[in-house]
Amino acid sequence: MIGIINYGMGNIKSVGNALNFIGSEYFIIEDEAGFKKADKLILPGVGAFGKAMENLSSRNLVNPLTEAVLTDKKPLLGLCLGMQLLFEDSCEHGFHKGLGFIKGHVLALADEVKNLPVPHMGWNNLRIARENEIFNQEEDNDFYFVHSFYCKCDKAENVLATVDYGVSADVMVKEGNIFGCQFHPEKSQQNGLELMRNFCSL
Amino acid sequence: MLYIKNGLIVRSEDFSYHQLIGNIVNEAHRYNEWNVDELIYIDISRDEVYDANRDDHKISSFNSHESMLEAIAATCFMPLCFGGGIRTIEQIDYLIKNGADKITLNTGAYENPALIREAAEKYGSQAVVLSIDYKVIDGVPKVFTNFGTTNTEVSLFDWMKEAEGHGAGEFFINAIDRDGKASGYDIANIGKAVESTQIPVVACGGAGDMYDFLDLASETKVSGIAAGNWFHFVERSYPRAKQLLKKNGINVR
Repeated sequence: MIGIINYGMGNIKSVGNALNFIGSEYFIIEDEAGFKKADKLILPGVGAFGKAMENLSSRNLVNPLTEAVLTDKKPLLGLCLGMQLLFEDSCEHGFHKGLGFIKGHVLALADEVKNLPVPHMGWNNLRIARENEIFNQEEDNDFYFVHSFYCKCDKAENVLATVDYGVSADVMVKEGNIFGCQFHPEKSQQNGLELMRNFCSL
Repeated sequence: MLYIKNGLIVRSEDFSYHQLIGNIVNEAHRYNEWNVDELIYIDISRDEVYDANRDDHKISSFNSHESMLEAIAATCFMPLCFGGGIRTIEQIDYLIKNGADKITLNTGAYENPALIREAAEKYGSQAVVLSIDYKVIDGVPKVFTNFGTTNTEVSLFDWMKEAEGHGAGEFFINAIDRDGKASGYDIANIGKAVESTQIPVVACGGAGDMYDFLDLASETKVSGIAAGNWFHFVERSYPRAKQLLKKNGINVR
């Protein structure tokens, strides 16, 4: 069963609705026990990086999450802010340490992008960089984005897809059993549902 | 673009005549299958009562905002924008919590511009859409509030400028004169509106056939084009309109 991690900042309801629609059973993880029960994990997220890490720590979720993912090797999918949290650190409103599951950093779009509005909001096409288990479609592969910060992997092998928005941002990543996407599959119609279906059937 | 009145979807003309179209969730489901970019729901009920007495027509309606939004969010996997009658930050909290990705303010923002800032600071400007209804009077587009009944005497462009300063993240402008008339979009004023601001403008009012979309998209830098009635009544209207725009080199999804 899929466990959606609740740390007080995700759009849990939208993610749950999408899982219901594709027929995947899920429950909400509130504490350590939830990580034992789940065989796959989703880390959603809408909001600011610093506050998210603070919430994960204050709810004692960091250690059980790390154990489930790094020791028990349970598949994890981070969505939007949930993807950014997988990285080493972020420069959003100061400097904040992340979970560090994937080597790389979270940077500000505004530092790179000129003449385009920030946040990057709306539908955009992916550039698939590497064949993978969750989404490979090369054509008509648009997803819905809302973000002001973006991820940059240290190692090219972690990058599954990028998007061009004044800068090439890593928007779909993988490190072993850990996946992340910057866009919102739960708001991306058929493409998004397909990605979630693929993750759920890993 | 879907108008909700007393819990059911209606077609609108002149902001005053409303023809019943059907059940909210069935309509949403249909648009979902067409892979539409975004759904905008505006509740134009004049009172807070949701009439559920339409079982004779096999059209069920919803008795509260909550049940309505929940039902929509369970079938729609696209950005959802919800508005109509919003006056307080608590109403906004409630809509976002129940599945809305964005909210639209109209009269509430005009009467209390601080509400725009409050919402933008809490949820980000991208979540705050300012909806403006206007009517062209002596050649000048004037802002109307309260379901298009109150003439504020303020020009569309002045109000847009002010609202942008308060933190609105997107404009949704609707030409009252053209509502339900299928007479084409108000290209001149939409073009001026787009040039007057940095933030995205979505325009509505007047779509009669798919060439109206093409005219507006090729003559202005509008970010989005919305339509309601036409999508309800024409077979495969949505995919056909997109095909036409794509063929003519307009950047659509």
